[in-house]
Amino acid sequence: MTDLAQALTDRAVKANRSPGPGRTGVRRLLPVVVPLAVLVLLVFLPWMRFPVPGVLPGVVNSPGSMQLLALCLVTGGIALSYDVLFGRTGLLSFGHALFVGAGAYSAAVALGKWGASLGTAVLVVLAFAVVLPIVVGAIALRVKGIAFAMVTLAFAQAVAITVARNPGGLTGGEEGLSLNRSALPSLLTGVVNAPYRYWLALGFLVFCVLVVLWLTTARTGHAWAAVRENEDRVEVLGLSAYRTKLTAVVVAGFLGTLGGFLQLIVIGGANPHLLSTELTLSLLIMVVLGGAGSRWGAVLGGVVYVLLDNRLQELSTSETIAGLPAVLRVPLSQPVFVLGLLFVLVVYFAPGGLTAIGGRVRRWFAGRHAAAPK
Amino acid sequence: MSSLILILITGVGLGALYFLVASGLSLIYGLMHVLNFAHGAFLTAGAYAAWVAIGHLTGLGGWAFPVAVLVGMAVGAAIGAGVEFCLIRPLYRRHIEQVLVTVGLGLMAVALFTGIWGADPQPFPGPEWTRQTTDIGGAAIPNDRFLLIAAAGLLLVGLIALLRYTRIGLIIRAGVENRTMVQALGIDVRRTFTLVFALGGAAAALGGVLGSVYLGSVSPGQGTALLIFAFIVVVIGGFGSIGGTAIAALLVGMVQQMTNFYVGSGIGDVSVVLLLAAVLLVRPAGLTGRTA
Repeated sequence: MTDLAQALTDRAVKANRSPGPGRTGVRRLLPVVVPLAVLVLLVFLPWMRFPVPGVLPGVVNSPGSMQLLALCLVTGGIALSYDVLFGRTGLLSFGHALFVGAGAYSAAVALGKWGASLGTAVLVVLAFAVVLPIVVGAIALRVKGIAFAMVTLAFAQAVAITVARNPGGLTGGEEGLSLNRSALPSLLTGVVNAPYRYWLALGFLVFCVLVVLWLTTARTGHAWAAVRENEDRVEVLGLSAYRTKLTAVVVAGFLGTLGGFLQLIVIGGANPHLLSTELTLSLLIMVVLGGAGSRWGAVLGGVVYVLLDNRLQELSTSETIAGLPAVLRVPLSQPVFVLGLLFVLVVYFAPGGLTAIGGRVRRWFAGRHAAAPK
Repeated sequence: MSSLILILITGVGLGALYFLVASGLSLIYGLMHVLNFAHGAFLTAGAYAAWVAIGHLTGLGGWAFPVAVLVGMAVGAAIGAGVEFCLIRPLYRRHIEQVLVTVGLGLMAVALFTGIWGADPQPFPGPEWTRQTTDIGGAAIPNDRFLLIAAAGLLLVGLIALLRYTRIGLIIRAGVENRTMVQALGIDVRRTFTLVFALGGAAAALGGVLGSVYLGSVSPGQGTALLIFAFIVVVIGGFGSIGGTAIAALLVGMVQQMTNFYVGSGIGDVSVVLLLAAVLLVRPAGLTGRTA
């Protein structure tokens, strides 16, 4: 017990450790003040009119930019839900797309095919968000490690193949389903209402962050971390590793399903990509890119990934690229290539992801003043 | 009856294709505990290399295809060895990072192939005789199936011989069993890692070329599409066991073909993934019961 408790305390201390000697009261408040300031900034973005060249397609409050930012925020939330599994509990899942796709498709089918109202559709999504992770988790968690990854992959693939086959004309096959906009309040549809979808996406992200923050600082999160570090030890302590992991799958699945629903509203349709293994792999990339298991890593990774993907797409068709010799032009015209390369570089040279880079730089400076940090 | 024979032989042919891809994956996982997501890239690279070679070797007539196959396998082996030596080795024993690097490589490779040769499938000019059929029990069987089966059979025999009767094979088998112990005995297991990656790369490339003959075309995503089924084969067969992989490949190929034909197209793919889930839940270590 003391061993584990010690390990957990060490972790907590490490996480909250001051970067150098003499951390004053103001700096202790930074972890609260900075996110709040960012949140306030994000809330007021739809009133801002200046362009951000290279990052956004137009001025900040243009519909195109709002749409892109909304997608960033939703993806950030979904990446955070994947991080609950991968970064915080140490579970490698290849089937997270199943939950995202379920959220998008269940709502799209309920609204478009059954003519349900928005309230009913939300209830359907919530039902899927609770039941599906429990069922999948309860079965898949009977095996560990790479076998768990494979069983989750199997479930996701089975559903993806079925959906692509368009059973009974329900799922729209390869084309996917477009969102039945008439069932939505007019505030959430149409190009000019992009800011409302943006705020909705922001609300979803804040909800995800709060839930994950609350759970990771509570007993549940400590148990997740303990399972990640050493599962056998958790069993010896009398905790059920199975149940601990199941809560992680259920929380991640719940948030992922909601994320899929939000994705449906933001992009205006459900498509087979939402169920694909590529989506799960891109979530894995986002989480590692930002920093697995860190407080803001997954969210940052998701936002950066979507922005990069979008900008690189733009870049790939630009004239600057077309003028380059083939050796540079061919790789640069493929956004996925650049993202993959960036990902590999992060794995090699920045373990801990983007969020860890700041800490490293700080510690490096602190190390020059005081004794070398541990 | 004739359709049953056709389905059976096609199922075996499909299983043979899976075995070509999965054998390398299985050895790599068994020895190094790396789930190699870049394996699909080896396959596609080999297929494109052979496709390019065939385009340049039109003067050789009937010999163009065998030479192109060899070129493809050489490219696959070189890429496999290169990836292990330059990218996997520096991350010694950090399995998660190793897997992540192969995931990145796999994505990059598909994007790169798309950038160079376009997203559309390119017609693959296989030799004339693979497009003809042979009559067996009243069923006209396309010859490409036999090509796949023969290649997989040769690979299986070759691998078993390598593992059973050579010193390197002994080290690989021992390494799969208990890597730490082999190292404690003063044998450098790491030297076999490059070899296993090169072998796996060559086998995957062979699978890529023959798969392209079977499909009649080569496309950037073909490796990734096969990779998922190869993973399923490896897991069902039990990691690191060549015999288990062969049996699982046959099983998966048959189940997929049979269900696709008798139940409905597409159901076969679903039934295979459900088969995987069922096998894993009943026997977590795979059919052969080896612990991974």
